[in-house]
Amino acid sequence: MTDAQTPILEIENLSISFFTRSREIPAVMDFSCKVMPGEAMGLVGESGCGKSTVALGVMRDLGRNGRITGGSIRFKGRDITTMGERELRGLRGREIAMIYQEPMASLNPAMKVGAQLAEVPLIHEKIGKAEAWARARAIIEDVRLPDPDRILQAWPHQLSGGQQQRIVIAMALMSRPSLLILDEPTTALDVTVEAGIVDLVRDLAEKHGTSMLFISHNLGLVMDVCDRLCVMYSGEAVETGDVVEVFSEMRHPYTQALFRSIPLPGADKSARPLVAIPGNFPLPHERPPGCNFGPRCDYFVAGRCDAQEIPMLPAGGAPRHNSRCIRVDEIDWDAPPALAATAEPVPPGEVVIEASDLRKYYETAPGMFGGGTAKIVKANEQIDFSARAGETLAIVGESGCGKSTLAKVLMGLEVASAGTVTLNGDQIQQLPVEKRGPALISSLQMVFQNPFDTLNPSMSIGAQIIRALEIFQIGSSAADRHDRMLKLLDLVKLPREFATRKPRQLSGGQKQRVGIARAFAGEAKVVVADEPVSALDVSVQAAVTDLLMEIQRKNRTTLLFISHDLGIVRYLSDRVLVMYLGHVVEIGTTAEVFSPPFHPYTEALLSAVPVADPRVTRKRIVLQGDIPSAMNPPPGCPFQTRCRWKPLVPGNLCETVVPELRPIAGGHRVKCHLTDAQLATMEPVIEVAAE
Amino acid sequence: MLNFLLRRILTMVATALVLTFVVFWLTNLPPNLEKLAKSEGNARMTDAEVTSWLDRNGHAQPLLKRYGEWLGVAPGWTDERDGVTSGRCIARGTLPEDNPAFCGVLQGYWGQSTVFKAPVSEIIATRLGLTGILMFWVMVLMVPSALLIGILAGMREGSRLDRVLSTASITTTATPEYVSGVILIVVFSSSMVGLKWFKGTATSAMDGITFENFFLPVLTIALYGMGYIARMTRASMSEVMTAQYIRTARLKGASFGRVVVRHALRNALIAPFTVIMLQFPWLLNGVVIVETLFNFKGFGWTLVQAAGNNDIQLLLGCSVVAVVVVLVTQAMSDVGYVLLNPRIRVS
Amino acid sequence: MMEELGWAAIFSRLALQFWPVWLALLAVFALSLHYRRRTGLYGRLFDSPLGMVGFGLVMFWVFTALFADLVLTFDPLGQIAQMKNKVPGTITPDGGVYLLGGDNLGRDVFSRMVMGARRVLAIAPAATVFAFMVGVTLGLPAGYRGGRLDAGLSFIANLVLAFPVILLFYLLVTPEIRTTGLPVALAAVLFLFPVVFFTMLWNSRFFTHPAKRNLYVGVTLVLGLWAWSGLAFNADPLGVWSMEPNMLNVFVSVVFVNAPTVFRIVRGLVMDIKTRDYVAAAQTRGEGPWYIMLWEILPNARGPLIVDFCLRIGYTTILLGTLGFFGLGVSPESPDWGSTINDGRRLLTIAPHPAIVPALALLSLVLGLNLLADALREESLKD
Repeated sequence: MTDAQTPILEIENLSISFFTRSREIPAVMDFSCKVMPGEAMGLVGESGCGKSTVALGVMRDLGRNGRITGGSIRFKGRDITTMGERELRGLRGREIAMIYQEPMASLNPAMKVGAQLAEVPLIHEKIGKAEAWARARAIIEDVRLPDPDRILQAWPHQLSGGQQQRIVIAMALMSRPSLLILDEPTTALDVTVEAGIVDLVRDLAEKHGTSMLFISHNLGLVMDVCDRLCVMYSGEAVETGDVVEVFSEMRHPYTQALFRSIPLPGADKSARPLVAIPGNFPLPHERPPGCNFGPRCDYFVAGRCDAQEIPMLPAGGAPRHNSRCIRVDEIDWDAPPALAATAEPVPPGEVVIEASDLRKYYETAPGMFGGGTAKIVKANEQIDFSARAGETLAIVGESGCGKSTLAKVLMGLEVASAGTVTLNGDQIQQLPVEKRGPALISSLQMVFQNPFDTLNPSMSIGAQIIRALEIFQIGSSAADRHDRMLKLLDLVKLPREFATRKPRQLSGGQKQRVGIARAFAGEAKVVVADEPVSALDVSVQAAVTDLLMEIQRKNRTTLLFISHDLGIVRYLSDRVLVMYLGHVVEIGTTAEVFSPPFHPYTEALLSAVPVADPRVTRKRIVLQGDIPSAMNPPPGCPFQTRCRWKPLVPGNLCETVVPELRPIAGGHRVKCHLTDAQLATMEPVIEVAAE
Repeated sequence: MLNFLLRRILTMVATALVLTFVVFWLTNLPPNLEKLAKSEGNARMTDAEVTSWLDRNGHAQPLLKRYGEWLGVAPGWTDERDGVTSGRCIARGTLPEDNPAFCGVLQGYWGQSTVFKAPVSEIIATRLGLTGILMFWVMVLMVPSALLIGILAGMREGSRLDRVLSTASITTTATPEYVSGVILIVVFSSSMVGLKWFKGTATSAMDGITFENFFLPVLTIALYGMGYIARMTRASMSEVMTAQYIRTARLKGASFGRVVVRHALRNALIAPFTVIMLQFPWLLNGVVIVETLFNFKGFGWTLVQAAGNNDIQLLLGCSVVAVVVVLVTQAMSDVGYVLLNPRIRVS
Repeated sequence: MMEELGWAAIFSRLALQFWPVWLALLAVFALSLHYRRRTGLYGRLFDSPLGMVGFGLVMFWVFTALFADLVLTFDPLGQIAQMKNKVPGTITPDGGVYLLGGDNLGRDVFSRMVMGARRVLAIAPAATVFAFMVGVTLGLPAGYRGGRLDAGLSFIANLVLAFPVILLFYLLVTPEIRTTGLPVALAAVLFLFPVVFFTMLWNSRFFTHPAKRNLYVGVTLVLGLWAWSGLAFNADPLGVWSMEPNMLNVFVSVVFVNAPTVFRIVRGLVMDIKTRDYVAAAQTRGEGPWYIMLWEILPNARGPLIVDFCLRIGYTTILLGTLGFFGLGVSPESPDWGSTINDGRRLLTIAPHPAIVPALALLSLVLGLNLLADALREESLKD
């Protein structure tokens, strides 16, 4: 057995490259890290930084094009890089197990859950089928899934996303591995489900003494789960150390910049705006000499930072805290960021858009095998809100809460089933988009979520913006429109040369800027932004968010910002609307919603969001179970199946009666049966320790 | 599920009705009927004689009525002339009362072939039996080898084995039966190459099947379909092999063989199964060509004879069989897809 | 006993005979290889050896069809009585050579094969283009709108697909059918689709500039309807567009058989692409359905459609061969590959060359198209 002093995993100077027909693409360079028994190591970085490649390298599963070009990976002293295929198979699943992003895709759709679980011991241990199935049943109980016998016999598609991920975890733990690699295990899940999974992983790892390599782009999550972390940038580790140590005393400019670009509690769009990292992530074959981060670094000194390869240097005084910055001892790390131009908060104007008692029901056709009766899906129930000129109203909720349906109704892609939507005094809820005139259409526009999907891949950027101008009947001639298109590119801070480029030549953030330019082509009065930055890397998120707000301020646009990311919502919105299963459960100013009294769902949602700040203490409220399906909502209060406050409400009120959306104070309204007195007992979820 | 089956069957029946009606219409166009009159009566009929012949034999009625009669949902025509009542359902020399009012496909009366001078149902039954044997051996040869080739090629995409097998499959899909048949006959049975391993005709196979007289026709049909199924299987297999759950299986420590057999195979066979079933209309093509080329007097050969000699009833009979075969295999492919794919079965 | 050439002599003479084709191929490959980094997907074709082979085979036959008059050695219909069933390389009485022998009527097999290429390549690509026009014009709204329209069109497509092709040909390609005017009626419908397609294409894009729209749509209508009147009804007042009834019958049948498959492919692609955000973006800025279908969806479905187009030309070639093999819709003298194979198969065991030469020709053309399609698919997936 391993004693506490020898590491479970020791990676030294690892380099991994992918080979294409024309060239070698180095994905990981000179990477070292050490995982001790029982320790959880976090690997953090933006997409393309090589963190997943490291994990696959440890598994020696790099595909046909990938190859380890240097260094060593020692697992309990044995070098994995030189291991034979047979020895490797004995290691996989038995000693090292891996969990990755999409739980549905990770499970074989044509094999029952039980068979997939039992397979692990059947491969590695000489035990019988019955014993293997008994072990599978036991582990399903371990991952806290109800009714293990039913689940053993279930097909993967019969389980919800959260349940599937629990099965994947169970499968990884079947043979009690000593190292567990988790590659973004919760990214595809909702926040409240994520919280449960994270708790489970942490508890089980503790129980079995399993070491973990936890890969994530989410700094908050890493702080929740890990003991140590390693920040990666462009194929290299740039800073490594104890999690709390690094988070409170970061010693690499990239780590620092990363933290300054994410909205932590206390950030404020007017007083303390986010600082975006300038420039772009270098492509593997365009890496600069010397420090990879050099061209984007505020502390860059020509002739030093780009003179030689930078080694890992001890940093911060604490043991095992290292940084790949040659100026680590010279920089004043505590100096506050140079404040970007702060802006005055914009006073909200008159009401521009208003929804009242808005409902959208879908009738689903009886499915291909459905028993015949059509079902009614209540995607939106009694939506009431209003938004003023220059105001940002955030619409928050998890998947299936009806926020996207609301956007469709507003845009005219669907017509409302009941209720009204008023834009500048005109009722538009029954006007499908094809019946709306150009003036109405151009004043209400949308920014879409997925940057890779938002632009037509076969049309140039300029042509797409010009087309929007033509349709909105703006501009007197082709030349005039061309001119306006160039000005729009200026507005979103893209070079004018981009007019002739095709979308595939642009990065995700740049595409999203074009999407914003297109939405504002007709000087929109109201812009619905459906998760506009959630698919972007954190450092790009800040820049796009700032751009959006800058244009908003300039044009006094009303922004309806749909998001599931509470961090960014707290940062940029004036008012917040929380949705759950088609209902508005809470609405109020940002300050009101983010501090007690809350709706019980808001409380759980807030506590589920990991915060990457060691000064923040957070109350943990983990919701049981999954979000009910909108096809089959619970009776009474939509949240009653998962609510921890339900026992306080007398009788079966929660199960039978849908509560009113009632005012508590000012414009703050909550849809809950709890009395004012009971609500007043709620404590804050997040507290920031004084500095 | 019941609802689905019901709708599926309804669509099938509607399709069959429309298709047979179209065939009926196309085979009973005025020029065809005129030709029929001249071949049944005499070749030098005047136009007036043709008209009266058609009138006397019930061909002058409205198209829908004639279709109904043929199908057996409308009463057969009767024609009273000179005190003798003749009619569609009245056998010569019998009284009208002794015969049923309806006689069509539904009643089992498929008409009389003008070429073979025999009832259509009899001809089709014997010919279909012969073709059935041919198809059986084609399936035995084609399906397992195609699946094997596809799986071997798809399990390691881009390997040398894959390149060789893929190119071979592309080549066979580029070789229609009338090309491969000609080449095979030349290579294996002509005096020019001189191998003379097999016979260039399958006429003798109608009496007794031997490897020598039956292998070439079977191979000819199988080759064309084989490439196609193999390519489908390969595509499906190589897609499955890149799926995340295959990585999961690999990272469980499963050996390559176990990954392929236990995890990839079933998922990879869903798509080709549908393809095999949908191959039947194509195979029918191959059957017609090969039976003509090898002079094997099965269903395909009969179809050519019927079409070539304006044998309306026989051609109609052949079409009904062909359409039914196609529709039944389509339905089987749907059902099989549902059975193989647990994701659809349960929901 | 007549004189014969040896195989070496035959092949060197054959190679020489194709000189215009070699020159053209050389030019195309030199240019393509030189500019391959600038020509997108077409250029990347030259990264794949099999793709180059496929492209080479296809272009070989294209140039053979183009320069057929320079390549052939005899009149493809001319008969020399002494040359019946003579083996390849036989010298004719007047001193020429039947490079690939003579057929059962004493015609030159080589020259007939060369002329056959012209006939096949005159019909197959054009028929495929028309099938695509029909399939695209119907598949776009079926996939985009769904509902009743989709159910109706899909039912009709499935009807045609449930017909065994050979039966359909026996029913549709007969002299009797021609007298009923059915092929003309079918042609009138099918040939209208390209006109509809282009009219929609220009109108949906340029309705914001009426002047430009009127010009484009006007030109389309004038040219389209002019060609339509000539091709479908043989009623072109200027006599430029026409098609002989035999050819029209074959052409229409082949389009009719292919269009439903194209329809199904397009419909499936549209159902996938219409869920993209850029389609939603177009909807939210108030674009009409035809603009979205033709300018937002169709260009992004081009990859699979180009691949299928190549495969379908091959399939059409096979279909044309099948028609010829059964003697449907061709004049008895016709040099097309299917009917020459049919003519030659009766004496296959004694004199195989009249059948095997067109068989190999057809095989190599279709193989080229399939290899080309396969390489295009692989290269387009590589991004």
